[in-house]
Amino acid sequence: MKKFTEFSGVVAPLDRANVDTDAIIPKQFLKSIKRSGFGPNAFDEWRYLDHGEPGMDNSKRQINPDFVLNQPRYQGAQILLARENFGCGSSREHAPWALEDYGFRVIIAPSFADIFFNNCFKNGLLPVKLDAVQVDALFKAVAAEVGYKLKVDLAQQHIVAPDGTVYPFEVDAHRKHCLLNGLDDIGLTLQHVDDIKAFETKHRAAQPWLFA
Amino acid sequence: MNAQTLYDKLWNSHLVRTEPDGTALIYIDRHLVHEVTSPQAFEGLKLAQRKPWRTGSMLAVPDHNVPTTKHSGGIADPIARLQVETLDANCAEFGITEFKMGDIRQGVVHVMGPEQGATLPGMTVVCGDSHTSTHGAFAALAHGIGTSEVEHVMATQCLVAKKSKTMRVQVDGLLGKSVTAKDIALAVIGQIGTAGGTGYAIEFAGSTIRALSMEGRMTLCNMAIEAGARAGMVAADETTFAYFKGRPFAPQGAQWDQAVAYWRTLHSDAGAKFDATVVLDAVQIKPQVTWGTSPEMVVSVDGRVPDPANAPDAVKRGDWERALIYMGLKANMPITEIKIDKVFIGSCTNGRIEDMRAAAAVAQGKKVAANVKLAMVVPGSGLVKAQAEQEGLDKIFVAAGFEWRDPGCSMCLAMNDDRLAPGERCAATSNRNFEGRQGQGGRTHLVSPAMAAAAAIAGHFVDVRELV
Repeated sequence: MKKFTEFSGVVAPLDRANVDTDAIIPKQFLKSIKRSGFGPNAFDEWRYLDHGEPGMDNSKRQINPDFVLNQPRYQGAQILLARENFGCGSSREHAPWALEDYGFRVIIAPSFADIFFNNCFKNGLLPVKLDAVQVDALFKAVAAEVGYKLKVDLAQQHIVAPDGTVYPFEVDAHRKHCLLNGLDDIGLTLQHVDDIKAFETKHRAAQPWLFA
Repeated sequence: MNAQTLYDKLWNSHLVRTEPDGTALIYIDRHLVHEVTSPQAFEGLKLAQRKPWRTGSMLAVPDHNVPTTKHSGGIADPIARLQVETLDANCAEFGITEFKMGDIRQGVVHVMGPEQGATLPGMTVVCGDSHTSTHGAFAALAHGIGTSEVEHVMATQCLVAKKSKTMRVQVDGLLGKSVTAKDIALAVIGQIGTAGGTGYAIEFAGSTIRALSMEGRMTLCNMAIEAGARAGMVAADETTFAYFKGRPFAPQGAQWDQAVAYWRTLHSDAGAKFDATVVLDAVQIKPQVTWGTSPEMVVSVDGRVPDPANAPDAVKRGDWERALIYMGLKANMPITEIKIDKVFIGSCTNGRIEDMRAAAAVAQGKKVAANVKLAMVVPGSGLVKAQAEQEGLDKIFVAAGFEWRDPGCSMCLAMNDDRLAPGERCAATSNRNFEGRQGQGGRTHLVSPAMAAAAAIAGHFVDVRELV
């Protein structure tokens, strides 16, 4: 996993609640056995006017000019500003894969669905929960200024707006450590092989039918 | 000792270690695997030259991509076929038990697991699928995980997790005629919202839940994720034990008695504290129909499509307006005036034998309405299909004009060829009515199997209580 370092990025607003993982990456693209290349199909049904299928040349498809991410001012955006319950629905990790492949590094919302939230951290994508009032203020600020950028500092656990406003955010110590250092969980967990084996022995003795 | 919730007991009995910030390693007893969310995990495992920690904990089945027309004909779509073949190859390489297409035990992973006794009370169960919450019906701690976690569980038999908050959903009283677990689930989501359970593990409790069959409890826990909760669960009782007796993966003989003795402890203790409690009166629950593009957009069948002017806030008003446009509905129209084009009966929510029986009871001796282009029944597994055929349910469906298909996820998520065309409206027994879920531009209304069958016969939504 890539290390997450401090950066400044253009913010794109997606002003609707309950954006689900079916919307983020529709099911037909889940047939892939790879974990890369989903970016061109992120938000496929909102982003294009025609129906998308795997293997299509996306550069030749009809772009939906009304979809916010297609507006010239939001090209190259690395921060997605969203509403409540972002990423609800299925457990498909293809959703953070698609967002990361599209170019997003951070998603800011008042709340996230649990599985999506968890999946983001495994892919170098930082989901930031801010208060709904703060998110609302950011939506207004983004609308008011073309090229609106935020500075995200994970080590300090805050976001800084161009006007100097600082938005502190919470993040688990474990997840922060993994993101900052680009560590994947498996390697870390395997440092505790003895603990796992000891637990397994005890568990097998107590509930032998689980190991039949 | 302090009174513990069922969740506390399941968590504590699987805790391997805890970090100072509360991040824990929990041991996983059962890892269910399907074709869509596993190939990248197997690839990662192989790239790192790792092997699965305990293949005996794993059980695999292809379900999302399989066709529901003759399984014997194979998969026409080459991309879908490659995904299923990749699962076959990975299972063969590592020696993982798989029920392939054509095996009578093949089916939707959340129907197959319990049916085989591969899900047992007291287990931790994971699968790269959000509806893994289904298995909590058996007093198991079960939830969906992403593909990175699938690889993590394969490699370490553990999951990195933090303890959830606990919510008790208490439902008491007698359910009305033709009101089902699906209606309870939708009523709960209507009350707390699709994010109401975020951060929680939900325990469904109360006399109404105790009276539900295992199939009903599975339907309810299946939909916990639609309320935002990764895990839903129900305490173990005689109904739970009776379900497992004699199933292939269930303990036998002396181990059965030992297991049941342990399973009897799998309930919340009297006086256990929950972080939140939600109470519903079963008597008040009517058959539910979703009208929008989120499962929380739901009303009783005798209700009307809501008016965005009455939305509680500006964000909701926007959501409701957008949903009405997408769904092609007018505010204030009665639910029973909504005409449908297709009917889908099946899925991990409602693809079990009890669901087949409920739908067949409504369809018996009737005909699917002329305006309904396709009414399909997709049993949740080959064994459900065989059981239904033994009971003659297939003949009832076919005589009424329904199509009787082979098992799979089918039109719940429309990864195979079963899907809605743009603008088509479907009465579905599945779990999600998101935009495009059943096909781009498709319009989904979530209902119980009996309500779906009733809508198929009438051509529009009707109150099934008036039919039976």
